[in-house]
Amino acid sequence: MLSGAAAFEPGAVQRPAVSLLPPAERRRCAPSVAWALAVAQEAVASSGLDAGALAVVFVSSDGDGDIVHRLCSALATPAAAVSPTDFHNSVHNAATGYWSIGAHSHAASTALCAYDASFAAGLLEAACQIATEQRPVLLVAVDLPYPAPLAPHRPVRHGFAAALVLEPGTGLEISLEGSEPTPPPMRDFEGNASAACLPLLAALARPGEALVRLPFIEGFLQVRKRA
Amino acid sequence: MNPLAISAYTATTALGRGNAALLDALRRGKGGLKANDFDRAELRAWIGRVGGLEDAPIGGALAEFDCRNNRLAQIGLAQDGFKDAVSKAINRYGAKRVAVLLGTSTSGILRTELAYRQRDAEGNLPRDLHYRHAQNLYSITDFVRRALALEGPAMTISTACSSSAKVFASAARYIEAGIIDAAVVGGVDSLCLTTMHGFTSLQLVSDEPCRPFDAARKGMSIGEAAGFALVEKIGSSSIALLGYGESSDAYHMSTPQPDGEGALGAMQQALTRAGLEPGEIDYVNAHGTATPANDRAEDRALVRLFGMRVPVSSTKGFTGHTLGAAGIVEAIVCFLALEHGLLPATLNSSAIEPGLESNVLLENRAAQVRRALSNSFGFGGSNCSLVFGA
Repeated sequence: MLSGAAAFEPGAVQRPAVSLLPPAERRRCAPSVAWALAVAQEAVASSGLDAGALAVVFVSSDGDGDIVHRLCSALATPAAAVSPTDFHNSVHNAATGYWSIGAHSHAASTALCAYDASFAAGLLEAACQIATEQRPVLLVAVDLPYPAPLAPHRPVRHGFAAALVLEPGTGLEISLEGSEPTPPPMRDFEGNASAACLPLLAALARPGEALVRLPFIEGFLQVRKRA
Repeated sequence: MNPLAISAYTATTALGRGNAALLDALRRGKGGLKANDFDRAELRAWIGRVGGLEDAPIGGALAEFDCRNNRLAQIGLAQDGFKDAVSKAINRYGAKRVAVLLGTSTSGILRTELAYRQRDAEGNLPRDLHYRHAQNLYSITDFVRRALALEGPAMTISTACSSSAKVFASAARYIEAGIIDAAVVGGVDSLCLTTMHGFTSLQLVSDEPCRPFDAARKGMSIGEAAGFALVEKIGSSSIALLGYGESSDAYHMSTPQPDGEGALGAMQQALTRAGLEPGEIDYVNAHGTATPANDRAEDRALVRLFGMRVPVSSTKGFTGHTLGAAGIVEAIVCFLALEHGLLPATLNSSAIEPGLESNVLLENRAAQVRRALSNSFGFGGSNCSLVFGA
């Protein structure tokens, strides 16, 4: 799909099995966390690095929509009694919390957003960690569609999750420059802030040099991939 | 790491608008917590509420950002000459070379919470929800960068109650990596139903003003605050960020690891980056939420690192736990300690829990403070420690 050889066929995606987590946490975590951990686990496994050695940067353009909906619905009732599990799952860093538990990682982790530029913000944070602290970083991005009453206010058609393991000397140069965005390899994920990484994923999937520009605050985040 | 100059800072809390109100309240030992009168006021709790937000709507070009959280930010930005300091930084470096990195846990969710009470017969939310400019976590950062006319990198860090401590670490890295010359860091969190009822559902809210480290403590008191600092590679100020440390508990989503292992790791990292020994810290502003579990775990970590010597206090009895703004508010308490030689008391606490061994201050103390450490810990086991010096 990234090379354009196959078309995207939308379909219902089962909640991924999160083998990383102990049974109690596996049941409790939200779907967005399950997606995050599934892609993170796959990326870390293919990197060959020790999960506990990776700093984590988690990106999503807002909190989990299902949880926001359940909390706000409960708060609108006279009793206003919210589920304690929903509440602790509502933090933006829920995915990094569950990841640290599952991966037994005491490494630094962060959770951030910048609306539609959330992925670029996460990539910049990861790049600065790598540049200044000389350590590998696990970058995870997830955005899922919002439930009914919120959906018209933040339309996200398809869920998307991606994870990258980035190391010092990876061969990517990050800078703040450029005047035109790199078009995505497919249009199906427009409106999904995490899927803004698709032009970068397409470049990574291709051999050879590449220049990718992702829209970022008042400009662009440029990624130069060396051959 | 290379020290980072703190060129300007300002805090608005339940104690008042600006640094002078905060310093004056700390000096006089006068707290800002009041019996809960927020929304329907059905919870038996004490809150640190900032006065006047209801009468300070956001107008003009940024009117669509109007919500409690951004109103609090607007008031906060207007104190202590902060905007002027940012303007000077823009003149020095250019608007694109100054970042805006802010922490929040709930941004403008209150507007959405109230909108859910106004759903129509089909369950639709009112059209004027302004999801992007109010609820969304980035709203606060977008509002502040526009209000300050900054064009540099911007993001919201949202790691629960460590959010506005971690922004200092990111700013230090961005400056070290050379992508910016200065950053506005800080955080804003405002009262909302999610946190009031959420922490209540976890039985973490006290029905009296919070009493950190006290034997009779019953939990936290929630507060709201806006705090900002301008950090630069080189500045005229004598206050500097000397080190930061970040770690994860890998233990539980809403309970800290009982031995304070994660907290200890964050503090050790911060000292290592600052090139300091534990004995060189003169004051610790603890996270000290007044929940039984936090204070015990943090005490363990403090004693393991500092022994029983270093003076420690939690200032949450003054301001309440301002959640995503706690990191910046308590960083500013450290700035005031460094500048004015004031070690603030742990307000409302009178008898430390037997077994807790840290040197918890129950009264204000006057002493020279050359280096201070501030702890901020959040749900998900997210820990951040900062070391500041003068």
